Amino acid sequence: MSTKHKTVDADLAREFGLSAEEYDRVLSIMGRTPSLTELGVFSVMWSEHCSYKSSRKWLKTLPTTAPWVIHGPGENAGVVDVGEGLAAIFKMESHNHPSFIEPYQGAATGVGGILRDVFTMGARPVANLNALRFGAPETLRTREIVDGVVRGVGGYGNCVGVPTVGGEVNFHRAYDGNPLVNAMTVGVARQDRIFLSAAAGIGNPVVYVGSKTGRDGIHGATMSSAEFDENALAKRPTVQVGDPFVEKLLIEACLELMATDAIVAIQDMGAAGLTSSSVEMAGKGGVGIDLDLDAVPQREPGMTAYEMMLSESQERMLIVLKPERTEQARAIFEKWELDFAVVGHLTDTGHIVVRHRGEVEADIPLDPLADQAPIYDRPTAPLPAPEPVGDIHDPLGLEKTLTTLLGCPDLASRAWIWNQYDSTVGGQTAQRPGGADAAIVKVDDTTIGLALTTDCTPRYCKANPRAGGAQAVAEAWRNITATGATPLAVTDNLNFGNPEKPEIMAQFVAAIEGMGEACRTLDFPVVSGNVSLYNETRDPDGTTQAILPTPAIGALGVLKDVRQHIGLAMPEKGTLLLVGETKGHLGQSLWLREVLGRETGDAPEVDLQAERRNGDFVREQILAGNVLACHDVSDGGVLIAVAEMVMASGHGCELEPPQSGMRPEAFWFGEDQARYLVAVSGDGTGFAATAKAAGVPVRVMGRIGGDSLTLPSGAILAAARLRAVNEAFFPALMDR
Amino acid sequence: MKAAVVLFPGTNRERDMMIALKAVTGQSPSLLWHGETSLPDLDLVVLPGGFSYGDYLRCGAMAAHSPIMREVRAFAERGGHVLGVCNGFQILTETGLLPGALLRNAGLRFLSQDCHLRVENAQTPFTSKWAKGDVFRTPLAHGDGNYVADSKTLDTLEGDGRVAFRYAGMDGTVDAADRTINPNGSVNAIAGILSANGRVCGMMPHPEDLVDPLMGGEDGKPLFESLVEALSR
Repeated sequence: MSTKHKTVDADLAREFGLSAEEYDRVLSIMGRTPSLTELGVFSVMWSEHCSYKSSRKWLKTLPTTAPWVIHGPGENAGVVDVGEGLAAIFKMESHNHPSFIEPYQGAATGVGGILRDVFTMGARPVANLNALRFGAPETLRTREIVDGVVRGVGGYGNCVGVPTVGGEVNFHRAYDGNPLVNAMTVGVARQDRIFLSAAAGIGNPVVYVGSKTGRDGIHGATMSSAEFDENALAKRPTVQVGDPFVEKLLIEACLELMATDAIVAIQDMGAAGLTSSSVEMAGKGGVGIDLDLDAVPQREPGMTAYEMMLSESQERMLIVLKPERTEQARAIFEKWELDFAVVGHLTDTGHIVVRHRGEVEADIPLDPLADQAPIYDRPTAPLPAPEPVGDIHDPLGLEKTLTTLLGCPDLASRAWIWNQYDSTVGGQTAQRPGGADAAIVKVDDTTIGLALTTDCTPRYCKANPRAGGAQAVAEAWRNITATGATPLAVTDNLNFGNPEKPEIMAQFVAAIEGMGEACRTLDFPVVSGNVSLYNETRDPDGTTQAILPTPAIGALGVLKDVRQHIGLAMPEKGTLLLVGETKGHLGQSLWLREVLGRETGDAPEVDLQAERRNGDFVREQILAGNVLACHDVSDGGVLIAVAEMVMASGHGCELEPPQSGMRPEAFWFGEDQARYLVAVSGDGTGFAATAKAAGVPVRVMGRIGGDSLTLPSGAILAAARLRAVNEAFFPALMDR
Repeated sequence: MKAAVVLFPGTNRERDMMIALKAVTGQSPSLLWHGETSLPDLDLVVLPGGFSYGDYLRCGAMAAHSPIMREVRAFAERGGHVLGVCNGFQILTETGLLPGALLRNAGLRFLSQDCHLRVENAQTPFTSKWAKGDVFRTPLAHGDGNYVADSKTLDTLEGDGRVAFRYAGMDGTVDAADRTINPNGSVNAIAGILSANGRVCGMMPHPEDLVDPLMGGEDGKPLFESLVEALSR
């Protein structure tokens, strides 16, 4: 948008995303009409993206503490104790809107942004994950978005040299006009060298490092806080362009500086760039800040104060230094051939003062900018009851149903995607994508293993947001447990539609309630996160379509001794057992959707006590060395889980008949929660007896051996055939 | 064996390489900054993987002109041993220390997967712990690994035993046209080559990422053990 000669008034404020009431509040804080730059600062700081004005009330209800939590929400990322004086630092963040407009750069800069959130705290990034939701696969636009997003995630992560070790992908037409790109980074730091963002020390220099500032991404945060209309693609100039090479240099330079004691505070310039970093650092420290924009390294001439304050150019950091260490810091950044400029200093005025070419372009009191930021208690509507499941019949038979599901978009092998991500760089990846329910990354020079996963089942969240929120947390906990690791904490990425609509707000509130309940029962606090609202597309006829409610959960667990972890690949021989109760819940199952073409019924019940009991039992057994392989039962049900174990190793299994008293398809494809498949040596009687003694339901599924999956009917499906079916979808979709 | 790993801006597999070298020698190799204008006393220089200078120009083209590469070239000309892996291989071809070039993968996508390599010449300082025809598993991770050379160069490489490794099936079958075997489409399925004196080796896959059973196996270890045997003083 051209702003050079704009008059600041209520109309411009509206164009910048501020409501009339919010603009009145700006006028009362300033006591005068703000300058264009000041209006820009208010509009981005009070955008949904930066202020969490619709979500904050509910986010506060989530559990955020535990003895192992070092820093919960409020810092750039969450910090947990993983032992030996080390901390894992992690967060997940969305880059949804940019990834629709410009898939490659949108996804790439999403990865870059979350990396900076983690290394700004002093951690070397050790793993990336990503949770992706795309529209219906049959449309050309979806294929373009999949192609661009996957290339973008890989292009950035591969170059920066951080392994991409896991994630998840769903397809649903609700994401046609609004895909979700949620990127997660995990880093490791020494607990005594964690860097925070609160500025301190009146007079201390404020230093700008990294890339030069350009005109890209101006008002990106505001764009992310509105729904799309048919002109969305015209917003391409608001998408930033990433440079992973500079990011790599920035990581190395920052970590080198962090090994000294020169830094007082540091924060990356993410959404709303120089504005949010300077305002937040000064605000948290209770100090003022003076910025001299003439000193800001600029990519192009003639940039205005407004443009520089709102630019979202990538790969930039703001640092408050100890004054006597300025030259030492400069030498490090010059060695890495990065820009380094003292752009201001801390003051005792409590104001942010921005000067450019001899003029004061902005002078805003920081306390009211933060304290009087709007908070909304948005109204909710009663949630609709889930549609009845409807008539159940089995049109395909077991064998055909199995191959149909294995080849469907939500269950097909993701190898086509993860084979474009460097998963081994760093030499610490003990379980790559597909090898275990959670990726396992060893912490260099220790025996500590980190177990990492992302999970959410949006169709459950749509049918029953509360159960869906709880299920997302429970599945993440289960995936970590299935490797033998102890789940520690989660980061959440809450993707929803327009919160001003009561039915959307109701989804949001219920999902948070479900998540909170699960996090409390499972001792699995939320330590960081991100909210992405207004994920809706307005069609030319004026109707809007919201995405499925998608509270993506990124989670981290720890193994004291990484050698104790197990994967999901079927061993050569032994017995396969099912831990947990099977009730045959088919509502919202993939079976129902793919076989009967219906998305009906309620989400499966999430019995958190059963999750806890079954999971703790399985983990104990893994750590005692009694389990050869373990796989949680989730999308597609127990037969799909067995097939996935068979495909992972090529070793087969001969299945017992299904549980009596329920329809066979309900047993094989029902999506009851709190269940694990475990492979043990011998006939499994010892394991079953131990489980029964612990009050944990267990059932023998079959005898392990051979290279085929043998159904109770005697039908034999070779592992190679299952793989061929499972691996066909992505190449057929994308390489045609 | 005194080894050093060169660090260019954008190098990102230096730690993997240092872990692998330490696993066989018991000591960490030294790190050399791209701006250095002299080399210490060394038996082996390693150019590790990554995206030197972002690889925004041809992969390795910028790094080939960095100060340290003058020294590495002189070191190689004096008969020194040089190993270049992935971006390191690309830099060696850009420097002219090895012939040919590495184009964009035939499928035009970045590839990160396991592959199998067949050892084509086991009488080199890089391969002596294998036997000719041995097949081993190793990860690869690159966007530009499609080896090409003109036919005269290929004849020389093939005729003089300078093809060190070829992409192969698990059973040792080589079929350059089969992308499940030769993932990036390299001519003659060539994965690694040697200089005329046999002391400079470039390869695309990453044996340094498979030297620990915990990370999936030790299939890559013989490369480093071969170097230790050849270069220990």
